[in-house]
Amino acid sequence: MALTDNNGGARKRAPFPPWILTILRTLGSIAVTMLGLMFITFIIGRVMPIDPVLAIVGEQASKATYDAAYQQLGLDRPILVQFLYYVWDVLHGDFGDSLLNARPVVDDIKRVFPATMELATLGVLMGIILGVPLGVVAAVKRGSWIDQIARVIALVGYSMPIFWLGLMGLLVFYGILGWVGGPGRVGIFYVDIVPPVTGMILLDSILDGNWDVFKDAFSHIILPASLLGYYSLAYISRMTRSFMLEQMSAEYIVTARVKGMSETAVIWRHAFKNILVQLITVIALSYANLLEGSVLTEIIFSWPGIGQYITTALLSADMNAVLGGTVVVGLVFVLLNIFSDLLYKVFDPRAK
Amino acid sequence: MNAFNRLLMGTAIGVAVSVTSIAAFAETPGNMLVIANRIDDITTLDPAESFEFAGSDVSRNIYGKLVNFDPLNLKAGYEPDLAESWTVSEDGKTITFTMREGVKFHSGNPVRAEDAAFSLRRAVILNKTPSFILTQFGFTAENANDTIKVDGNTVSITTDKRYATSFVLNCLTSTIGGIVDKETVMANEVDGDMGNTWLKTNSAGSGAYSLVSWKPNDSVTLKSNADFYAGAPAMERVIVRHVQESATQRLMLERGDIDVARNLNPEDIAGARGGDGIAIDDELRGRLMYISLNQKHPELSKPKVRQAIKYLVDYEGMQNSFLKGQYVIHQNFLPATYLGAVDENPFSLNIEKAKALLAEAGVSGMELEVGVREAQERVEITQSLQNIWAQAGIKLNITVGTAKQILGRYRARELDVYMGAWGPDYPDPHTNAGTFAFNPVNTDEAKATGLLAWRNAWDTGGLTEKTSAAVVEGDRDVRAKMYQDIQAEFRDISPFAVMFQKIEQTGRSESVQNLNLGGAITAVSYWPVTK
Repeated sequence: MALTDNNGGARKRAPFPPWILTILRTLGSIAVTMLGLMFITFIIGRVMPIDPVLAIVGEQASKATYDAAYQQLGLDRPILVQFLYYVWDVLHGDFGDSLLNARPVVDDIKRVFPATMELATLGVLMGIILGVPLGVVAAVKRGSWIDQIARVIALVGYSMPIFWLGLMGLLVFYGILGWVGGPGRVGIFYVDIVPPVTGMILLDSILDGNWDVFKDAFSHIILPASLLGYYSLAYISRMTRSFMLEQMSAEYIVTARVKGMSETAVIWRHAFKNILVQLITVIALSYANLLEGSVLTEIIFSWPGIGQYITTALLSADMNAVLGGTVVVGLVFVLLNIFSDLLYKVFDPRAK
Repeated sequence: MNAFNRLLMGTAIGVAVSVTSIAAFAETPGNMLVIANRIDDITTLDPAESFEFAGSDVSRNIYGKLVNFDPLNLKAGYEPDLAESWTVSEDGKTITFTMREGVKFHSGNPVRAEDAAFSLRRAVILNKTPSFILTQFGFTAENANDTIKVDGNTVSITTDKRYATSFVLNCLTSTIGGIVDKETVMANEVDGDMGNTWLKTNSAGSGAYSLVSWKPNDSVTLKSNADFYAGAPAMERVIVRHVQESATQRLMLERGDIDVARNLNPEDIAGARGGDGIAIDDELRGRLMYISLNQKHPELSKPKVRQAIKYLVDYEGMQNSFLKGQYVIHQNFLPATYLGAVDENPFSLNIEKAKALLAEAGVSGMELEVGVREAQERVEITQSLQNIWAQAGIKLNITVGTAKQILGRYRARELDVYMGAWGPDYPDPHTNAGTFAFNPVNTDEAKATGLLAWRNAWDTGGLTEKTSAAVVEGDRDVRAKMYQDIQAEFRDISPFAVMFQKIEQTGRSESVQNLNLGGAITAVSYWPVTK
């Protein structure tokens, strides 16, 4: 986001200090992005060859029942009017009721999004903690056995269908070895024991001081989180490696070495520091992808997350739920984008 | 899961299992039943509104009804439940139920005739999707107070004309016949909704179980009713977890984390069969697969052509290949276990005979369009038909589409041939007879889109009258015989080739006993289950 204003005179006349302008511009861009996203999703939802009315009343319903449901959904109004009503409601924190279960979509999202958030956060943390060092080492020791191993790990991560890897993981670690809990977020004895504060069971059980629930939840999340972590590791380590290689061949590194600086200092204090900005983008993207909800992982592990929620809604033509889910995922993307923009400014003096 | 993934998965499981056996068999507690099922079709748990499979499964265990099916003897038909007995007036229009004494709702309130009347009136007034099951007897929001009446410990219902008592009572066994606790429901009324919003996610019944929680796409938890009038159930808690994937259900079953897996695909059934402590059950359900011929088509309306088509279906071949374990041959419109159901399946693949019939009808070289929804087994059936019909000189063009596209054209009487499924709406033979063999006005203007006979522009050749007669026959046995006769004639003359009935295969832990899924006529019952 280029925020420099070259017109010195205009700047003086501006009624607001620059940081307020920055905030306003950021908010403006969020608003435009979200409005566009909602509009496109809304239109797609309306032209989709799935009949939401049929989904509700069933294919054997009479015409009268069908017509009543059609009107109740407001489908008889012009599409633009429908959209404006929708935006108005969303601005009031109301995503409407699910067409199918007639519960507020907001309530459903409050239930499914934390589940995805918990999984994605743990996954991306694993990806960062293992992927970044692996990428750095692979770059520094280019061509060594470590680099080869890193390449194989990444290659497998890129090419293996997540469905297969997930089922294999379940079969081995749950089915055969019995090391981890099975599908679902917690075992049947631990359901609804800790009061939901954040909706993330690991956090809630810590807040509640209930370590039994924590242990059970951890044994259930560790496998799907590792799976997602593995995919994000593959991506993060490859990108880290290539960023580092670029830096390591730069002239300032040669200079640093000539000055007699230790290799550790060269790698971490100089080269690594300079890839941080790029790395943040990569990590933010990786995180955003996971937050979108990995549908297949959620299906295999019976994880009631947002990916499965949106997919189910889509297949049953529950457009309010699809729209609600999409808006939330879109918002997450935008917020992560802004967050990484802010971090740029911390790590890159040029962006200030 | 695509074919490649399935192959990989199958190979991997095979190798892994042969190398080492499944370790450490955990077990669910003896008083708890844990089931894996796909429950994403539940939209509401209000018995006046619920009309989906997984919802009926929940409702059947929560709500008592005036009359009900005994899960251990479904063939016996309806039996007394909350009504201890009933009498029918001379004109056959009024049925008076005497309520069972001493039964309580989960709230502790007594189950009164008033509650029964309220529940039925409520279902009529709310007018939700399944309400037709009651309103077909002439109940309306306006007349509900006059037609459904309370007198002391009895409740009486008066239909608009004479119907077979068995027809009315069968309908009362469906989900919409669930008796709710008036006091509790009305205490939760919002904006005159008769407690509809509240009952979507809460329960107010008197059955074997009450609802602890329903989390959409996640789980349904029930707890037992220690005061259940037929005796406290052995399973104190029933947990139904939404597990989408068949392979995952199988692993959980093999690990002992669940007692019952309800959505195992044929591969996983084959794999789980013979596993340690695992049993596989087959149970017939109500869904039928059929093809139908549009009678507006000049050639298809010829009686001999209709006959010929029934010999151009590879019933055996399909049953034993891609439908194996999922569908069984059934050539009548009443699913097995329905009142009046027959198991005569006279047709088998006979291309020569079909050719002869077509020749007699003077038909050669026909080109037809068949509409089918994009579901794998349906498309496969259609492809089999296409192949066989080609051998009889009929070119079949397959149009695959979404439910909306295909049903839209079917309802508009535009398709030559339709390949699809039909599931009964309520546990009375009229539910299918009234759509397959009933079409009073066969004109485009009649727009009776709900009737399958109308959709195919078939005037039913006199079966409409016979169906109308059967629906008012008071004697249950005579009525059963009438449906048997209607079906025999239907097999011969109708433009429908009913082909298969659905089988549900369930994997369960061997220790689970007396689990009945409800056959074709009702839903699952948890209260007789023991472990």
